[in-house]
Amino acid sequence: MSVARLLRHPWTVFLGRRTARLVLSLGVVLTASFAMIRLVPGDPVRAALGVDASPALVAARRHQLGLDAPFPSQYRHYLDGLVHGDLGTSLVTGTPVAELVRTRLPATLEIAGLAFLLTLAVALPCGLLAAVRTRDGRHPRSELVFTTVTAGLAGVPDFVLAAGLTALLAVGLQLLPVAGTGGAGAFVLPVLALSVAPTAVLVRIVRVEALKVLAEDYMRTARAKRLPPARRYLRHAAPNTATAALTVAGGLLPAMIAGTVLVEKVFAWPGIGSAMAQSVVSQDYPVVQAMVLILGTTVLLASLLVDLLLAVLDPRSTIRES
Amino acid sequence: MPLPAGPTRYLRSPMAWAATAMLASLVVLALAGPLVWGAAADRPDPSVVLQGPSGAHPFGTDNLGRDLLARVLAATRPSLLLALAATAIGAGAGVLLGASTAVVGPRARRLLAALINLLLAFPALLVALFLAVVFGAGAGGAVLAIAVAGVPGFARLAQTLAAAVAGTDHLASARVLGLRRHRLLWRHVLPNIAEPLLLSVTTAAGTSLVALSGLSFLGLGVQPPGYDWGRLLNQGLDRIYAQPLPALAPGLAILYAAVTFQLLGEVLAGGVARRGPASRPPRPPVVSSGPAEEGLVLQVEDLGVELPTPEGVIRPVRGVSLSLRPGEIVGLVGESGSGKSLTALAIAGLLPERARVSHRTLRLLGADLAAMTPRQRDHHLATGLAMVFQNPASALNPSLRISTQLTEAARVHLGMRHAEALREASEALRRVALPPSLLRARPHQLSGGQRQRVMIASGLMVRPDLIIADEPTTALDVTVQRQITELLSGLRRDTSAAVLFISHDIALVSGFCERVLVMYAGAIVEALPADRLATAARHPYTRALVASVPDLTADRDRPLPTVAGAPPDPLAPAPGCPFEPRCPHRRERCAREAPPLEDLDAVQRVACWYPLPVTTDDPAADRMEAGPS
Amino acid sequence: MTELRLRELTVRHHGPRGPVTAVDGVSLEVPSGATLGLVGESGSGKSTLARAVVGLVPVHGGSVLLDGREVRVRTVRARRELGRLVQIVLQDPDTALDPRMTVRQTLVEAATVFQRLDRPARAERVTGLLELVGLDPRLADRLPRQLSGGQRQRVAVARALAVEPGLLIADEITSALDVSVQASVLNTIRELRRRLGLSMLFIGHNLPAVCHVSDVVAVMRHGRIVETGPTEALLRDPRHPYTRELLASVPRLSPRRS
Repeated sequence: MSVARLLRHPWTVFLGRRTARLVLSLGVVLTASFAMIRLVPGDPVRAALGVDASPALVAARRHQLGLDAPFPSQYRHYLDGLVHGDLGTSLVTGTPVAELVRTRLPATLEIAGLAFLLTLAVALPCGLLAAVRTRDGRHPRSELVFTTVTAGLAGVPDFVLAAGLTALLAVGLQLLPVAGTGGAGAFVLPVLALSVAPTAVLVRIVRVEALKVLAEDYMRTARAKRLPPARRYLRHAAPNTATAALTVAGGLLPAMIAGTVLVEKVFAWPGIGSAMAQSVVSQDYPVVQAMVLILGTTVLLASLLVDLLLAVLDPRSTIRES
Repeated sequence: MPLPAGPTRYLRSPMAWAATAMLASLVVLALAGPLVWGAAADRPDPSVVLQGPSGAHPFGTDNLGRDLLARVLAATRPSLLLALAATAIGAGAGVLLGASTAVVGPRARRLLAALINLLLAFPALLVALFLAVVFGAGAGGAVLAIAVAGVPGFARLAQTLAAAVAGTDHLASARVLGLRRHRLLWRHVLPNIAEPLLLSVTTAAGTSLVALSGLSFLGLGVQPPGYDWGRLLNQGLDRIYAQPLPALAPGLAILYAAVTFQLLGEVLAGGVARRGPASRPPRPPVVSSGPAEEGLVLQVEDLGVELPTPEGVIRPVRGVSLSLRPGEIVGLVGESGSGKSLTALAIAGLLPERARVSHRTLRLLGADLAAMTPRQRDHHLATGLAMVFQNPASALNPSLRISTQLTEAARVHLGMRHAEALREASEALRRVALPPSLLRARPHQLSGGQRQRVMIASGLMVRPDLIIADEPTTALDVTVQRQITELLSGLRRDTSAAVLFISHDIALVSGFCERVLVMYAGAIVEALPADRLATAARHPYTRALVASVPDLTADRDRPLPTVAGAPPDPLAPAPGCPFEPRCPHRRERCAREAPPLEDLDAVQRVACWYPLPVTTDDPAADRMEAGPS
Repeated sequence: MTELRLRELTVRHHGPRGPVTAVDGVSLEVPSGATLGLVGESGSGKSTLARAVVGLVPVHGGSVLLDGREVRVRTVRARRELGRLVQIVLQDPDTALDPRMTVRQTLVEAATVFQRLDRPARAERVTGLLELVGLDPRLADRLPRQLSGGQRQRVAVARALAVEPGLLIADEITSALDVSVQASVLNTIRELRRRLGLSMLFIGHNLPAVCHVSDVVAVMRHGRIVETGPTEALLRDPRHPYTRELLASVPRLSPRRS
C-alpha cells in the first residue's frame, strides 16, 4: 500500500481524528486543573492554612506553589512539574500528591472497572431477553413491569444506595464488610452501588435497540428462512444490537469513574474519589487540582479505550461516523 | 409526533397514577413544608441530642436535638427549587446551543458540534464538582455548576433531534424561501423537537436533584445553617452504624424525588411512544383447507387479513383467491395500500403476531398448511417457498458474511454439511451471475443490484417451488430493474419454480409476466393474461391504471388521464364495490352490492357488475375522459 | 421569466473516503419560460445539482447564472434575493410540510416573506394558491398528516409559487407517489407552466414522466451530462449509448408477444 493510500485509509483517518480529539481534551483538562487553583474565590493558601497562620508562612507557601509568578511562567512550571511526575504537595498533610495517586488510583479503577463489567454482563443479555419477550407488542404486562422497575432503579442515586446498602447489609445483617478493602467481600457493596442505576439505564437502551433490530427487514428475512429462534436472536439480532449498546455503555464508564467520588466517601474506600471528597472539604486545593487532572485523564483514556474497542468490533459504523 | 389523544388512556395506567400522586405530594411538601415544619426543624432541644427514632421524633434528632423528620420535610422546598433552577438554566442554554446547529452555516455547525463533543468527553458530575469548587461552596455556585455541567448533554440531544428536522424537505424549503435564522429556529426547529426534549428535561430534573444533593453531601452545595437533603445526609452519615434510620431518612427523600421524576419521564414518554390499544381481533377458528386441485404450486382461497390499528381494526386484505402452476410467472399489481404485500406476507406466514389471517384454503404444493403442526409448516414453507423483499439494502444482515446468509437455511432445513452448503452457495451465486468470491464479502461491500441477486440466490439454496418477490426492483435503478426481471424469468425457465411478482408498476409487470392480478382496496378486481392489459382490461380501475402510466409515445400536448378521488378509507368500508365512488361508469347497483370476482372466459376474471367493452384501437386513442382531477 | 445557466458547475461531498465529486463540470441552460427535464439514476448527482442551484449545498467550481447574473449565497441578503428568483420542491411528501403548521400557516409564511399582506389579502392569497395547484381551498386549515401524499406535494408546490419565482425546480416530486396520483400532479405542473409562463427544471429518474412535461431533456450519469436534446429528438434518435440503455429499460405497456 502506498503512503498516500495509507493516509487516506479509513483506519488512519479514524485514529488520526480520535488522537486529535484526545489531545485537545487533554489540553482542556490540563488547563482547567491549572486554572482551578487560580480561580477559586479568596486565597486558597490562606483558606487551607487557616485564619491564624502567619503572613510569612502564607507567603512562603504561595511561593512554594508558584502562585506569585506571572501566569505563563506558572503554566510552564506546572506542565514541567507534570512531566517529571510532580503533581504538587498537599497543603494539609505536606505529602506529595503523586504518592497519594500512586497508592489510591488502583483501588478506584478496580471498583469502576468491576462495576462497568457487571453492568455489561447484566444489561446486555437482560435487555435482549426483554426485547424478545415484549417484541411486537407482546406481553404488555411484562413490558409495564420492566419499564416501571428499570425507570425506578435508574433514578436511584448511587451514594444514597451506598448508604442504604451499608445500613441494610453490613450494619443490619452483618453480612459484608462496611468499609475499607478487606478481601473480596469488600468489593460487593461499592460495585453494587456504582452499577445498579447504570445497569437500569443500559438495560432499557439495549431493549429499545434490540426492538429496533427485531423490526429490521433482515430479521424478517431470517424468519422467512424459518431459522430456529435461538439462531435468529443470537446470530442475527445480538451482533447488531451490541454495537449500539456498547456505544451507550462506553459513555457510562466515565460517569462511573466520576461516581466513585461520592460512593467512595460513603464506604471510606481508599481511592482517588474519597481523597478528592476529603480534600474538597478541607479546601486542600493542590490535591483537588491533581485529582481533577487524574480523574479527567482517566475518563478520557477510558473512553478512548471504548472507542477503539467499538472500532474493532464494528469497523463499518464507527469509522464512518468519525 | 402528536400527543396521544386520550387522557383516558393516561388515567388507565397505574404507573401514571403513581407518578402523578408522587409529584403532587412533592409539590404539596415543597409549598407547605417550611410553613408547617419550618419552626420545628430549626428548634434546638439540648435534652434530646442525637436520639434514635421515638414517638415524639419518628426519625430521631440531630446533634442539636432538632427533629429530623421536620428537617427532611422542610428541606423539600430548597432541594426541589435548586434542582429545578439548575435544570431550567442548563436545559435552556443546552437546547439553544444544540438546536442552533440546524440553522447556522456549515462551518459554524462543525465548530459547534466539535465543541459539544469536547464538552461531552467529561462526565457531568466531574464538571459539576470542578465548577462547584471554582465557584465556591454555596447553593448559588452549586446550581450554576450543575446547570453548566448539564449543558453539553442537552446540547447533544437537541443537536441530534434538530439534525433530523434539518434533514427534512420542509426545512430545506424554508431555507430556500429565505426565512431568517431565528424564524427557522423558533418556528420550524424548536416546536418539532419540543416533545422529546420535554421528556428528557423531566428526567434531568431528577438527575439534577441527585447531583445537587451529591454536592451538598460533599459539603459544596447548601451551607449551614441552610440545609437540603444532601446536607442532611452528610450530617447524619457518621451515625449510620449506630442509628440507620436517622442517617438514611434524607437519603430516602432524595430517592423518592429521583424516582418520581424518572417515573414521570417514563409516563410522558410512554404516552408519546405507545400507539393504540393492544386489542386484537379474535383468532379465527382453524379450518382445514378445501380440496386440493391437481398440479398447483400455490392454492389460496378467500384469504383475509385483519390488523388492529389505533383507530380500530381494519381489513386490508379481503377474500383474495389466487393459484399458481409450476413454472408460471404471475404479477400481482396494485397501488400503495391495496394489500398486495400483506397478501404475500400472509401466504408466507410472516405477518406480525397481532395480525389475524383467515382463509378457506391455503395449500403449498398440495399440502394443507392449516393442518400442519408449526414445525411441519416451518419445514414445508422453508423448503417450498422463497421470499425476495423490496429493499435489498436492509433485507441482508449487515453483520454477517454472504456465505453465512446463503448457507444457513440449507444447513438448518436440508441438513447440509458446511462444505456442501458452500459448494451449493457458489453454484447459486453463479446462477444469479455473481462470482463465488462474493461469499466472503459483507453486504455493505455490494451494490444494490448485487444485493438483490444475493437475496435471490439465497432463495434458490433450498430449491423452492415458489418464489414470491415483493417489489424486488422498486428500490433499484431502472437499468438494474431490467436485469433482475430478466434473471427471474430465466430462473423460472431453468428451475420450473413458479414466481409471484408483486409490483406497483403495471407496465413492468405486463412486460414479463404471463398473468396479471390487479388488486384494489384489499381485493382482486381483475385477473387477466398480461397481453390483454393494454386493450382488453374490463375493469374500470384496471383501465384507469393502465391509462395513467406516462408513455414515451403518448401525445405530450394532452394531459394524462387520471382517476378522481382517493381509495376508500379502510376504517369505514362501504357495502358496495370499493371502486364505486371513483368509477366514471358507476350505476345504482354498484353502491349497494360488492361484485364478486367472476369468470369472463377461460383466462379472464373480473369483479365488476358492468365490465367495460373490449376496445379495438390503440389504447392511447381511447383513454378515459381526461382532465386534471 | 428567469433564465438559468450553469457553467462548468462542480459540487463535491465529503464522503467516508475523502471528497466525492457529485456534480462534475456540468453546463446546462434552462431558457426563459422553458422546461428542462433532467434524468438520471440514483447517485447521478441530479439532486445535488438542484440543491447547489438554490444554495443548499456549496458550489466548488463553475458558476450558476440567473438572467445572466452570477448567484451568490454568502450573505442572508443574497440568499433572499436568490429565493425570490428560484424556488424548489423536493421529493419526500412525508416531510415536505412542517407537521405542526396548517396549510394556511405554511402558505402565509411563504407569501409574506417578501411582501406584507393584511388579513383579507392573506386569505385571498391562500385560496388563490390552492386553486392554482388544483386543491380545494377548504383544505387550508388541515395539518399535513390529514392530507394524502399527492395533496402534500401540491401544497409544497403552492408554497414554492407563493413568492412568485421566475424558476421552479422540481426534484423528484412524483417519485414517492402512486402512478395515478403522479399523473394528476404531472398534469398540474404542465398547467402551471402554461398559465404562469414559469421556467422549470424538472428532475426525475422516471424517463416517461420527465419527458411528459419537458421541452428539452438532459441525461445525467456519474455527475456529468451525457446527452441533451429536445424531447422529441432525444426519444426518436438517442445518441449516447447510456441514453439508449435507459430508453430500452423503460417498461412499456404494449400488446406483447405470447
